[in-house]
Amino acid sequence: MKKILSLILALAVVLSFSMANAEETLNGAGATFPYPVYSAWAYDYHKTTGVKLNYQSIGSGGGIRQITNRTVDFGGSDNVLTPQDLNKDNLLQFPAVMGGVVPVVNIPGVKEGELRLDSEAVCKIFLGEIKQWNDKKIKDLNPKLNLPDKEITVVHRSDGSGTTAIYTHYLSGACAAWKDKVGYGTSVKWPVGIGGKGNEGVANYVKRTANSIGYVEFAYAKQNKLAHTLLKNPAGNFVAPSFDTFEDAADTADFNAKNHFATWLTNAPGKNSWPIAGATFILLAKEKKDSNMKTVKFFDWAFKNGDAKAKELIYIPMPKSLKDKIRAYWKANGIY
Amino acid sequence: MIFSKKKNPVDLIFSFITSVASISVILITAGILYVLFTESSLSIEKFGFFKFLTLVDWDPVKESFGAAAALYGTLITTVLALIFAIPVAVGIAIFVTEVAPNFLKGPVGIAIELLAAIPSIIYGMWGLFTLAPIMAKYIEPFLQKTIGKLPLVGILFEGTPLGIDLLTASMILGIMIIPFTASISRDAFNLTPAVVKESAYAVGATKWEVVKDVVLPYSKLGVFGGVAISLGRALGETMAVAFVLGNNNQITTSLLDAAATVTVKLANEFTEADKDIYLSSLYYLALLLFVMSFIVLAIAKFLILKAERRSNR
Repeated sequence: MKKILSLILALAVVLSFSMANAEETLNGAGATFPYPVYSAWAYDYHKTTGVKLNYQSIGSGGGIRQITNRTVDFGGSDNVLTPQDLNKDNLLQFPAVMGGVVPVVNIPGVKEGELRLDSEAVCKIFLGEIKQWNDKKIKDLNPKLNLPDKEITVVHRSDGSGTTAIYTHYLSGACAAWKDKVGYGTSVKWPVGIGGKGNEGVANYVKRTANSIGYVEFAYAKQNKLAHTLLKNPAGNFVAPSFDTFEDAADTADFNAKNHFATWLTNAPGKNSWPIAGATFILLAKEKKDSNMKTVKFFDWAFKNGDAKAKELIYIPMPKSLKDKIRAYWKANGIY
Repeated sequence: MIFSKKKNPVDLIFSFITSVASISVILITAGILYVLFTESSLSIEKFGFFKFLTLVDWDPVKESFGAAAALYGTLITTVLALIFAIPVAVGIAIFVTEVAPNFLKGPVGIAIELLAAIPSIIYGMWGLFTLAPIMAKYIEPFLQKTIGKLPLVGILFEGTPLGIDLLTASMILGIMIIPFTASISRDAFNLTPAVVKESAYAVGATKWEVVKDVVLPYSKLGVFGGVAISLGRALGETMAVAFVLGNNNQITTSLLDAAATVTVKLANEFTEADKDIYLSSLYYLALLLFVMSFIVLAIAKFLILKAERRSNR
């Protein structure tokens, strides 16, 4: 009995000691897409400042709900909240990092970056209106390619995802038929195709199924060595997905602090812009000044020191002009 | 026996603890039902019961939700899985109890139990990376060339075989529930009194006759019980099918087509459900699954009880 008592006592001492020394912790929850880069930043940030960041990747929907209920210090979301939504729940919003979405194909005989598509072609393929790879529309865009007389297998995400939101937003902006029939969102009612779970699921199906087309985050296309397509952007140029073309999209996009940066990065007007990109956002509770200062401090640090890490993980760091706009936004709201 | 006549304090504490434990089960179940109901109230109000049950549409953008396709997928995969699993499981149980030489009984029994211990996510990954390609390349084209050519049955095997479909999902589910059915059936078979079996052998019955006329009738209750438990597991199984079913919201006659089950829908869409009505509809689906599992298991239990009473007479 004595032994147990002393054990409990020892445990209590240890516990109270660790509690007194409890580190400063920031709690965030939300989108799964930026989780790898946030945790990499958090690791480095902890090493230099001793402040711990705990980010739970529960999904954008959960992130929005948690910050609306004020259970976390910040929420993460791939969805762009409108100024009305933000004002209703008394929230602030700013972009933290960006990513690109890339159509990938598996057509025997067609190599990476060879297939040229414009938004009308992509749209019609995903609507099921273009059924064969040797359709006249695709042939006209690719006179030099020998396209097979085979049925196209469309692969999309089976789970709800920010990647899908960005991709369908691109399609909605690029063609009216898509906007009418399907629209955009984290999950939509797909007219054709099979669903793969997660980026890895889509990558796997595209790799395995001949004559297929799917869409994945840029990082997955690179890692899985999938053949990406070239896309015609609104400026009329065929572009390949790369850090440069993504950054160009971010540079030319109309991010505005007045509407809390509520801008999609799809169909950006720049000459070299990749048309399917998106930022992932941080949501803050307006009235919680203290915790907001801490969160902002972290992201300010990440903006200064985190670009290399982000690129390593194949995320697109934000251009300097945008970072400055965000800092001004923080200052205007008294948290910087 | 909370208030027994003997007021031994240890006994009192003991019976108190056990009653708290068992009452908590009821409370937890009721609590889950309550939460499911309140969370889905928004969707219940908007779509009602019959409309939600019969609507095939599932469109988060236009906020139109119906459960028909998901419920259909759930029933089809469960029934198919049982069709795959029961013969194999009963066969295993008969082999282990009646046919196998003694030195084989142990290893086979342990192997079955190990199969039950594999986490379902591993079945899912295995299904996606191993079984689905095999199905798409060999088994499904073969089925299309053979039974797919028959009239009537042919519609079950239409379409391009991609390996992500009802058939693959049902097979994985079937493999998953074999161990439950098999080990409960085995225990049931073992309960057949040796005297009865030996008497049958003594009057010249063959092994087949003993199994058919003595062991199986004697233990069918146990087998029923095993099937009921597997049924519950198959209805609620999530990760193993989430990877190989595609989550396509459609009612399809072809087994080679992607579909959705209630659990697959929940697992795929819960995290990113951003609108209230969307989330509420997912809760509504979960509520329906809860009620459906409850009814199915209640029916199974009822059948077992009835059979038990008959055999006691």
